[in-house]
Amino acid sequence: MSQPSRHRLSTGVAVAAGILLALPIAALLWVPLYARKDPELWGFPFFYWYQMLWVIVCGFCTGGAYLLVQRDRNRSSR
Amino acid sequence: MNTAALAASGDTVRLAADNKVDGVALTVLLFFFIVVTVGGFWAASWRKADNAHSLDEWGLGGRSFGTVITWFLLGGDLYTAYTFIAVPAAMFATGAVTGFFAVAYTILIYPIVFIFMPRMWSVSHAKGYVTAADFVRGRFDSRMLALAVAVTGIVATMPYIALQLVGIQAVIDTIGLGGRGNAFVRDLPLLIAFAVLAAYTYSSGLRAPAIIAFVKDSLIYLVIAVAIVYIGVHVGFHHLFQAAETKMTTKNPKTGAATGVFVPASNNYWAYATLALGSALALFMYPHSMTAVLSGKSRNVIRRNTTILPAYSLLLAMLALLGYAAIAEKTSVIGSDGKPNPQLAVPHFFRDEFPSWFSGIAYSAIAIGALVPAAIMSIAAANMFTRNVYKEFLVRDATHKQEAQVAKITSLVVKFGALAFVLALDKQNAINLQLLGGVWILQTILAIVVGLYTRWLHRWALLAGWAVGILYGTVAAYHQKSAATQHFGGSLATFPYTHTKVYIAFSALVLNILVAVVLTVVLRAVKAPQGVDHTTYEDYYTEGGDARRADLPGTEGGLPVPGGVRG
Repeated sequence: MSQPSRHRLSTGVAVAAGILLALPIAALLWVPLYARKDPELWGFPFFYWYQMLWVIVCGFCTGGAYLLVQRDRNRSSR
Repeated sequence: MNTAALAASGDTVRLAADNKVDGVALTVLLFFFIVVTVGGFWAASWRKADNAHSLDEWGLGGRSFGTVITWFLLGGDLYTAYTFIAVPAAMFATGAVTGFFAVAYTILIYPIVFIFMPRMWSVSHAKGYVTAADFVRGRFDSRMLALAVAVTGIVATMPYIALQLVGIQAVIDTIGLGGRGNAFVRDLPLLIAFAVLAAYTYSSGLRAPAIIAFVKDSLIYLVIAVAIVYIGVHVGFHHLFQAAETKMTTKNPKTGAATGVFVPASNNYWAYATLALGSALALFMYPHSMTAVLSGKSRNVIRRNTTILPAYSLLLAMLALLGYAAIAEKTSVIGSDGKPNPQLAVPHFFRDEFPSWFSGIAYSAIAIGALVPAAIMSIAAANMFTRNVYKEFLVRDATHKQEAQVAKITSLVVKFGALAFVLALDKQNAINLQLLGGVWILQTILAIVVGLYTRWLHRWALLAGWAVGILYGTVAAYHQKSAATQHFGGSLATFPYTHTKVYIAFSALVLNILVAVVLTVVLRAVKAPQGVDHTTYEDYYTEGGDARRADLPGTEGGLPVPGGVRG
């Protein structure tokens, strides 16, 4: 497994993508952070709109990680 | 679940007797049913390969699906009719911890899938693996471990299929076809729907649900968009949440406990987090998720889908809120048998609030939403049986054609098994078993996901950990009481030696990991044979749809050429 390979991501990209992917996981597993009613948004208690907001943010996180990884792969294969 | 509280919550209780058949809604439902039936049979000739008689063609759609089709397929597969019925039902009955966690859970899935699923796709593509158990067999060189993974997958999938039928039953009951007459007449619509489903799954394989998923998802997005606008205008979100909070915090006069949870308090933070994480980890261990992923044509199809699949999670969140809308609108959940059933919350909400033709569309979305996952699940279970039981233990030199034939027949057996299950036994059994299924399937994660990265864990230790996890999980679930049942009353239990309630699958997994790690250290110390790894480092990075496919070795380890039919 230690052989140098074109498949390995550069360290910076791996860390950045890792952070992007860890963000939604941390944001939702840390329940005390969002298990509250205020502030409300359009009648939605915080607990509910926070999680619905993270659905969208999560899409951007995985999308960002995808673009980072893709760019790195394309660069190293050229 | 507290029936007294449920009955009290529906002020406008309708009597079972004045339940008439809703002709308009039924016509709409029949129309869409015919549309998907035609689509399902037509699917057989859609993107047809020259050599249709292989498991890769029938069971994985030729591994040819691009990003958009995979999105519909996975969306239709993961967000099932049962989810659409059960999540709002749980919200309606007991609130956030049992219901809304599904939103957190369907967010957590995607970063996790982003990390490990492309590796799974690549190694399966390189080696022609059709199931997760195929991978375990090749990676750990252990027939027994692969059998354990396959049996767990099949057993966990069966009640899941059965629950899709429960979703259809809720719709049929709401239209007014259920609850009366003898058992045969009552269940006839379900029988017909399932016979038709079985027929086109048999002939079209995974292509059928891929086509039907387009219809299902278009309908469900339309229905939810309209419902949310309606709620925003007619009910008001402020009122909706207030009504839900009032119900959840109202104490049950008999037990003195609150009806449910509106916003988790410190005593159920762990329950909420472990339910979300445990379910997220478990979901992609199910054979039907794996089948849909492996049918993608390239590694990047999976990653792109982790970006666009959350759209369904947003949909799920809104659906969950329909459970609260039913509370706010005092929707009655009395079924045509005269008993309260929270699973009727969503169908009855549409029945009471919308004109018949639109309710018909909503019912169609739910009913078709049941057909898609039921088809994929039966295909996935059939693939597992064929590859990991039939070919591995019964007919070792089975040809591709034999494999495809066995899988087709197995898919029929699996579906009618599920049907018999729902019709013959109490619905509660299916719900119990589905709960257990989640606990069981999570125990295969060490062999599958950790196995993608390292062979450090010993195959026998993995098998022992799996067995201990399943045993603990089953016993713990058995001991959970609820108002409705003596056993299997819920998915939460106190973590061993603490007073903290957590998801049973999660505790079982912790135990599983402990056993696997300790035994691995022991087995490695005594130099127990580790078997031969049939995968190579390169296999985990195979890209799809590019020139490198051409130089893949043909038949590796006796496994069939993947597809081998595209020019």
